Amino acid sequence: MRRSSLSTLPVLLWLCLFLVVPMLIVVGISFMGRDELGNVVPGFNLESYKLFVDPLYLGIYWDTIVLSVLTTALCLLLSYPLAYYIANAGPRMQTWGLVLITVPFWINFLIRTYAWVLLLRTQGVVNELLLGTGLIHEPLQMLYTKGAVLLGMVYTFIPFMVLPIYVALEQMDKKLLEAASDLGATRWRSFWYITLPQTKSGIMTGSVLVYVSTTGMFVVTDILGGAKSAMISNIIQSQFLGARNWPFGSALSVIFVITSLIMILLFNRAMTSRYQSSREVRS
Amino acid sequence: MIELAAVEKRFAGQVALHPLSLTIKEGEFLTLLGPSGCGKTTILRMIAGFEQPTGGKILLDGQDLTNLPPNRRDLNLVFQHYALFPHMTVEENVAFGLKMKKMPAQQQRERVQEAVEMTQLTALTKRYPHQLSGGQQQRVAIARAIANKPRVLLLDEPLGALDLQLRKSLQAELKQLQRSLGITFVYVTHDQEEAMMMSDRIVVMNSGRVEQIGTPKEIYAQPATLFSATFVGENNVFSRDGELFAVRPEKLQAISGEAISGAKRSGEVLDVLYLGGVHKLVVQLDNEPMRVSVVLGGEDERSWQVGEAVGVNWKSEDEVVIGS
Repeated sequence: MRRSSLSTLPVLLWLCLFLVVPMLIVVGISFMGRDELGNVVPGFNLESYKLFVDPLYLGIYWDTIVLSVLTTALCLLLSYPLAYYIANAGPRMQTWGLVLITVPFWINFLIRTYAWVLLLRTQGVVNELLLGTGLIHEPLQMLYTKGAVLLGMVYTFIPFMVLPIYVALEQMDKKLLEAASDLGATRWRSFWYITLPQTKSGIMTGSVLVYVSTTGMFVVTDILGGAKSAMISNIIQSQFLGARNWPFGSALSVIFVITSLIMILLFNRAMTSRYQSSREVRS
Repeated sequence: MIELAAVEKRFAGQVALHPLSLTIKEGEFLTLLGPSGCGKTTILRMIAGFEQPTGGKILLDGQDLTNLPPNRRDLNLVFQHYALFPHMTVEENVAFGLKMKKMPAQQQRERVQEAVEMTQLTALTKRYPHQLSGGQQQRVAIARAIANKPRVLLLDEPLGALDLQLRKSLQAELKQLQRSLGITFVYVTHDQEEAMMMSDRIVVMNSGRVEQIGTPKEIYAQPATLFSATFVGENNVFSRDGELFAVRPEKLQAISGEAISGAKRSGEVLDVLYLGGVHKLVVQLDNEPMRVSVVLGGEDERSWQVGEAVGVNWKSEDEVVIGS
């Protein structure tokens, strides 16, 4: 116990300095006021939190949660088959698959997001193609919709889901599938009763990564969503940089961090079986 | 009951198993014995359906199994490292095969109950595999297989991961279990003592070929090949006129003093080993670059010195010709 607490000290210091302290500053500012110039004035009031209880902000808050949950669900649905395919492919295909998943990271994220603008706008590649083939007669409004934001989010965060699931699949003991088959399980039932429960940890890790990243992402909403589809992160950004209302920005941040924590907790609760709790007790 | 007809297996052109024909009888305890890489596990995996034979057929009660997937074969495999489902309790593991067969819940409970009782796991049904010792995990693997009441139980070095003490007691238990269930056991091991102790018949294998098939007694008393003679039990191999023959250490007599000149071989005592009930002489032969072991009964009171001259003798009828 003593030894382990000593060896984790640097990590704890790091977390303290770069996570706990900034978080506390944000919490502190959220209770302060500001003067006409936008400077933070020390004090204690709940004005910023009262400001949040407004149909406009509550609507955006709700939209953000819905979008983040949808992004996570879509990422999961698309990633699992992909990760499964890569994990079960031959060694050469596996290497290539993993390289292809990470290739987008080699290109600047902004450029990739703007590429979606070129694809989705009214005179964009997709509309031109559809018009050319005669499938549609008027260009579709795809850019600056919630759908475009969802697409951009899923596109951006899919690797965060694929990689943990791939690792979980890769680490699974393949003998378990032989055992299941030996005991009469079809491929589908082996998947449902063995593979899926055995890769829960990967699903959980990927989902938390995608969910939290989506709630904090404002670039995608800015570029693909236009003015109508603002998310809470856009509001926070504009409060800090545009409106110079740090207390309100901080209050929104605090509310959202708490929301995320609750969501993660609920998700973990739903995913954790008696088996996982039994392992934790032991270690 | 199980019939292998000219079954052979090649992996990427390399022969893993030469054509093998073998009939396994109902209720028999048959052991495939050999060093690692001899093809014994390959045979087992082909019977279970995890490997496809390159040639030949596998029949169960006359029905051709060769192209059936593992989940449609009425036999179960106990895996070498158990392959228990880590996220399921003992109970859930044991019930898995029954659940896959969509057996009614009540009947499932009865079968699970029966299987855990037989394997003495009743107190542990709510535990997860990681909360069990190696020996207990082993029992779960057996219970999971026998709950299905398969026609044949295949066991792939099931005791290989356990320490000696535990292995000994589980050997006896397994043998007992096989008798009371009356199920055919096909058992794979590299441990010749284990094979001798448990089996009705042993198939001795070496580099993809069958060396000998026989009862433990036949294999011990009449080894057919040099490999059988030396792999199963300790043996002394002599040659005479280009012919090889073996004589078991306990069939040799050690002779001292004047009589040495009349013995079949002579040599020098290299080591004396006291093994409790018996003791053993290691003898370096004079004219041949080989050592022989002589087992002497506990009642033999002569004291042997290292370096002492010794004669080695045996009866002609104890010679077993094993080839040339």
